[in-house]
Amino acid sequence: MWSIFHKFGSPPWLYSISGAILRWLLPATLIALIVGVSWGLLFTSPDFRQGNSYRIIYIHVPAAVVALAGYYVMALAGAVSLIWRMKMADVAMKAAAPIGAAFTFIALFTGAVWGKPTWGTWWVWDARITSMLILLFLYLGVVALYEAFDNKEAAGKACAVLSLVGMVNIPIIYKSVDWWYSLHQPASIKFTEKSTIDPSMFYPLLLCIGAFYALFTCCLLLNMRAELLQRESRTQWVKKLATESGRN
Amino acid sequence: MSAPGAAQFCVRLLRRQLLLAVRRPIEIANPLLFFAMVVALFPLGLGPSPEKLAGFAPGVLWITALLSNLLTSDAVFRSDFDDGSLEQLLLAPQPLFLSVLAYIGAHWLTTGMLLALVSPVFALMLNLPLQAVGTLVVSLLLGTAVLSLVGGIGAALTVGLKRGGMLISLLILPLYMPVLIFGGAAVQAATSGFPAAPYLAILGALLCFAVALAPLAMAAGLRISIDA
Repeated sequence: MWSIFHKFGSPPWLYSISGAILRWLLPATLIALIVGVSWGLLFTSPDFRQGNSYRIIYIHVPAAVVALAGYYVMALAGAVSLIWRMKMADVAMKAAAPIGAAFTFIALFTGAVWGKPTWGTWWVWDARITSMLILLFLYLGVVALYEAFDNKEAAGKACAVLSLVGMVNIPIIYKSVDWWYSLHQPASIKFTEKSTIDPSMFYPLLLCIGAFYALFTCCLLLNMRAELLQRESRTQWVKKLATESGRN
Repeated sequence: MSAPGAAQFCVRLLRRQLLLAVRRPIEIANPLLFFAMVVALFPLGLGPSPEKLAGFAPGVLWITALLSNLLTSDAVFRSDFDDGSLEQLLLAPQPLFLSVLAYIGAHWLTTGMLLALVSPVFALMLNLPLQAVGTLVVSLLLGTAVLSLVGGIGAALTVGLKRGGMLISLLILPLYMPVLIFGGAAVQAATSGFPAAPYLAILGALLCFAVALAPLAMAAGLRISIDA
């Protein structure tokens, strides 16, 4: 148990194991993404009410799911780095923030694109949309705080505290926005989710969600590797790696 | 000389902070002036029609209170960080958890509380119905205390940074939003004759939650900032 724990603290070990994981995860992600997205976008039957515009859920829903999950990945990594002083958790937290922000942005953007033909407007102050927007702000706050520190060790710790504060706040924010909306506006635009989604539409969606999770993992690992190389650029193993370039 | 107990230490810190604030009265007046001026901007921007202003008044007053709290949050730990007394506080045997509460208490007493007490004047200027004024004061009293606590987290995390001013707004504005929602909703409900008590109760619950948890984050943040 402890040896695994110590191994996770070792940059060269993490670098090589993430390389090994990426070697099969990256192609698998690409295949899943291509299959899932083209299945969803090209080969499913159009919705009887929304026609073809509904197809954006194959990008929108997975991006939103992963954006939310990404915040928890970031906050938990932050907690681990605060509690056990694990450097690699700090690297993971730093790497997760911009990726999570990107996924949140994709979810918001695709939502707006879908909203225009369906609701007739790019943006409504709906509870879910508003809380996704706040989630984007929380992500960007972490990125901005990290960049503001010159001492990167302190930056990591400060971001960990901030992301934990954010994690405590996300349910509060979500509930408050939910209540605020339902009190102040009639439910003229109801996000009527099909609870009984047709299997022919559901399976590609499931595949897309899986593919987006894998994509997030790939991005996270790639980002972590870049960060590791940058941080450890003066150490022996990175120099060795650089001189033996071409053989990863 | 024996070290004072935690409670005594806390009271002394609070008195020190208040004394420091009272000796520089302009620092106390600044947020209130800011509040007055921003409130004056809204009729200029939205037009002076009384009905329109009355509709916007709850939101305007709450957002303005939030902004003036935000601008003062940055300075909570700043001067003590610059002269090194914050470092002494971290070394003191008394728990940092309670010491930061004293700082925040002093901050709230000199900004949020005063702001809540003068808010009826501006409420009347914005044509807020009289029946809602009491709710406005209570909601501001409860809400600004939460804002001070949450703002303290941002202040603790950014106190070591030279260019913290803009950053702190980015960090804590998302965390301010629930308070704004319930504070604004309380006044809105009172304006339209609905009971505001549920919203005030939620603000109270948020305050309890923030009092319990925010000092932990603040203490952690201060330790990080001092170490950096």
